[in-house]
Amino acid sequence: MSASRPMSASPMSASPMNASPVRANAIWRIAAAVALLAVVAAVPLTSNVTLVHVGVFVLMYVGMAVSWNIFSGFSGYISLGYAVFFGSGLYTVAIFSKHLNLTGSTVFAFLPVGAVVAGVIAIPVGLIALRVRRHTFVVITIAIFFIFQLMAYNFGFTGGSAGILPPYLNWDPNTFNNPFYYIALIVAVGSMVLAWGIWGSRFGLQLRAIRDDEDRARGLGVKTMRVKLIAFVISALIAGVLGGLYFYFQQEALPEFAFNPFLDLTIALMVFVGGFGTLWGPVFGALLLEPYLGYAQLQISNSYVSEIVLGGLFLFVILVLPRGILPTAREKLTALRAGQQRRSAAKGASPPSGMTASAVQAGSGSPSTGSMR
Amino acid sequence: MGSRLFQALADGVLGGGVYGLMAVGLTLIFGVLDIINIAQGILVILGSYLSYVLWAHLHIDVFLGLLITIPLMFVLGVAIQWFFIRPLRGRERTSMSLLASYSVAIIIEGLLYQVFGSNYQSIQTKYFTNTIKVFGYYIPYIYLYGFGLAVLFVAAVYYMLYRTQFGRSVRATMQDQTAARLIGIDVNRVAALTFGIGVAVTAAGGMVYGSINSFSPNSGADLISRLLAIIILGGMGSIVGALGAAVIMITLESLVDVFWNPNWSVVVFYAVLVLVLVFRPQGILGRKEARAQ
Repeated sequence: MSASRPMSASPMSASPMNASPVRANAIWRIAAAVALLAVVAAVPLTSNVTLVHVGVFVLMYVGMAVSWNIFSGFSGYISLGYAVFFGSGLYTVAIFSKHLNLTGSTVFAFLPVGAVVAGVIAIPVGLIALRVRRHTFVVITIAIFFIFQLMAYNFGFTGGSAGILPPYLNWDPNTFNNPFYYIALIVAVGSMVLAWGIWGSRFGLQLRAIRDDEDRARGLGVKTMRVKLIAFVISALIAGVLGGLYFYFQQEALPEFAFNPFLDLTIALMVFVGGFGTLWGPVFGALLLEPYLGYAQLQISNSYVSEIVLGGLFLFVILVLPRGILPTAREKLTALRAGQQRRSAAKGASPPSGMTASAVQAGSGSPSTGSMR
Repeated sequence: MGSRLFQALADGVLGGGVYGLMAVGLTLIFGVLDIINIAQGILVILGSYLSYVLWAHLHIDVFLGLLITIPLMFVLGVAIQWFFIRPLRGRERTSMSLLASYSVAIIIEGLLYQVFGSNYQSIQTKYFTNTIKVFGYYIPYIYLYGFGLAVLFVAAVYYMLYRTQFGRSVRATMQDQTAARLIGIDVNRVAALTFGIGVAVTAAGGMVYGSINSFSPNSGADLISRLLAIIILGGMGSIVGALGAAVIMITLESLVDVFWNPNWSVVVFYAVLVLVLVFRPQGILGRKEARAQ
């Protein structure tokens, strides 16, 4: 309601100024993104092992949350079967490295194989699961997840509950985490760029149309099954890479961690905290929550308390910020700017300086672009 | 062969009845509120722990203890609905309610861990140790009584739905919430009471479950995935379907268990679910959803 106000209140004379502030804004944003990336890439230079270790997890979760959101957030199909693809990628890489006796940094060459296998598995899984919607879809993904976990326990080639031991990596412990950090960074940034590219593309619009009203989207000519399946596979590919990376990083391939039911719920929590189905919400949610979760995991004596806190946090987000932090913050910001604008309009004078004028302009411009980012 | 078959069938049918009881609560909640209560599994385990406490510390007979635990669970259910489910609004209500009930589940799980620890417990009453001999196979009394209890409760729910004024408003709400509101049904009250009833049956389900199996706070996750498979197979919102699917699935599981390999029995359970849904996405007794999503 309050979001629609600035449009009606926006000064008519402002439209010729439209182009330059927007372009300046874009340049600022790109500069900020590059600077941020440089800072993040420089973290291993601090040679703080704990920091880099936590950083690997944070970046992996950013990648997972973003790729989960590419399918589930954009299409509205909440999948709790992401771990199927994470685990498939993990076991693929594990089995390859076991049979080929890989050592050294050649181990990373098999990450794409993990991704491909996860992507290939996603095709039949998607063809089955995507026939149903809403609750049934959620439950089907849970069922498929349990089938995979039980297969990992019961088949011979997975090593059963003993799992598969990774190759011994004879690396300097001080820099051990660095390759993992940079690969996780590449995957995280890659998925962000991919999500950004998909968001505004024809494909992304089709996905979001499915989320809004699948039957109508189909009526308008969207090949819904194909679109959903492609997004599902994309999400699985990234899950597969991260699963393979996790195998080397954590030095284990155990059924209960490769196919971990909490993985999906943690990712879902991150995405919902940040903003479900938005572009940057998952990144924000993962950055906000993973450090806490990593910390809680270290405090093993308090693990049940941390579980309770996590549940409480989740409930709080759902009840107070049901649409996630980023969309809610954006709304509040817009309302604030609209308030400023009304006050300055009431004075009957032009805004005091050029800076605020462009800020006002940006504020009034964003809601008219419609969809939440 | 014959006795093993009989054993598998008896385990399946009698155990399936208990799962049916838990699933009926879940499917009833789904039918009225259009949400899946992920907390149902851990609530069953909470029911087991409540019965365990009454039996181990206060020495109350487990069946008599239901007079205490059922009202307790009912109140808890109403409170969960009132505080955490009712406030949810908007387009994402369905997925939000899923996550809200999941949050409730992990909070309860954390509390159970905190209070009882992660060790497995079991309720060892005379109902489990005393057996009755049928066709050369010994069946503990708890199976028979549990099955009887399940039938009794399902019948009670059925009677409530189809023979009472309240049941009529519940069914009206299931069919069309807006229309129900228009003809003067207090939909919020119906939703809260239905959630309460759906949770209250877990007290009985949990008591029987805890008397047959050993349980820990971790058992909730396994239970809820089975219950979800059952209500989807039966057709979401269908009470008879839930009961039928529970008996079929648990029987199938115990047949695989006895004749093939216990490791694969659960896989078969989920594989059947996936197979059925490939051919009949709305479940066995479900109606096709018009304009879903």
